[in-house]
Amino acid sequence: MLKKRKTAGVQEINAGSMADIAFLLLIFFLVTTTMDTDAGILRLLPPIVEDVIDPDVVKERNVYIVLVNDADQLLVEGQPMDIKDLREGAKEFMTNPDNSEDLPEKKRITAAECNQKIAEFKGGAAGATSEKDKQTYRELAEKWQDKLEAVQLLGEYMELPGSAVISLQTGSKTSYDMYVKVQNELEAGISELRNELSKSKFDRKFDELDDKNDDDKPLIKAVRLVYPQRISEAEPVEVVR
Amino acid sequence: MSRFKDKGGKSTPPISTASLPDIIFMLLFFFMVTTVMRETDLLVKITLPEATQVTKLEDKALVDYLYIGPPVSKALGTEPVMQLNDQFAKLEDIDPWVKANEERRQEVEVPRITRSLKVDKDTYMKIVTDVKQELRKSNALKINYSTSQGR
Repeated sequence: MLKKRKTAGVQEINAGSMADIAFLLLIFFLVTTTMDTDAGILRLLPPIVEDVIDPDVVKERNVYIVLVNDADQLLVEGQPMDIKDLREGAKEFMTNPDNSEDLPEKKRITAAECNQKIAEFKGGAAGATSEKDKQTYRELAEKWQDKLEAVQLLGEYMELPGSAVISLQTGSKTSYDMYVKVQNELEAGISELRNELSKSKFDRKFDELDDKNDDDKPLIKAVRLVYPQRISEAEPVEVVR
Repeated sequence: MSRFKDKGGKSTPPISTASLPDIIFMLLFFFMVTTVMRETDLLVKITLPEATQVTKLEDKALVDYLYIGPPVSKALGTEPVMQLNDQFAKLEDIDPWVKANEERRQEVEVPRITRSLKVDKDTYMKIVTDVKQELRKSNALKINYSTSQGR
């Protein structure tokens, strides 16, 4: 009798619910953990150059000037503007839908022109004497080659002049918050344009194109060529109130 | 007496706990993979501004952080200051910092280094512009304005 009792012994603690607890924990952390990936607005600063380009070379219509003063107010192309209109403003500048005199003059790029230019520059490279000239010709030919590829993918498109740029200038007391907002709006304008173009031509938004996929790479390149992201972080200038 | 004993003796069969270690390991691995060790103690207080058009920084090993914000310690005032590595820094410290960071990387990786600016949203642009100018002078041109993801 006594012996029998002993074998029944100390009861094992039921640990079946431990798994539930662990799962609960796991789910809790799954939901709450924010993976600390750093994200933000990527920008490329212009290198410091000794010989500044003559401002006359860049036509006024090709520059979209955005000024932010110390009181965080916007002055866009000489007109006060609300931040919520900036996106549309940037889009208008990039597309110039009405062929306005104040906005960049767009040029139609055709396959015929590309082919002609490529042939021309290739011939130039072959005929050039110095190595430096050859290099320049080759680069030019490559540039037109890229355009040709874009035409093949997108059809004939309107090209922004090379000097077209959005210039952003801030005062010394502009808040960083405002600065990021402005950058964000400009970026949003460009990415909306890219998305629209990509959607209409490839039936996929630009954001959905995968830059690691070899099939998508030329598409991304072509769309970028049509709507280049040219936001200049100009030399610091004093902006008065 | 015997009736009661009978009832007590019939214990429920123990639930197998063999899978418990697996679960715990899963948890462990999950955290091992996701946890990011904070390399530096922040000496400045930073609330990042919000933006919607953000790009994620791909290669963490090639990102250097630069912090600007008011000091955490109230005794040091409320003016925004810059922090590099784990100490306060002045503008002229940027160039050596950039150089030091370039030296510890492979040569081919140097052009791909991104400097991420973690700046408090209430900072005036003055210090940010100055820092940007310094970065340009050191030829550190790839920068990122760190933001939090807005709506």
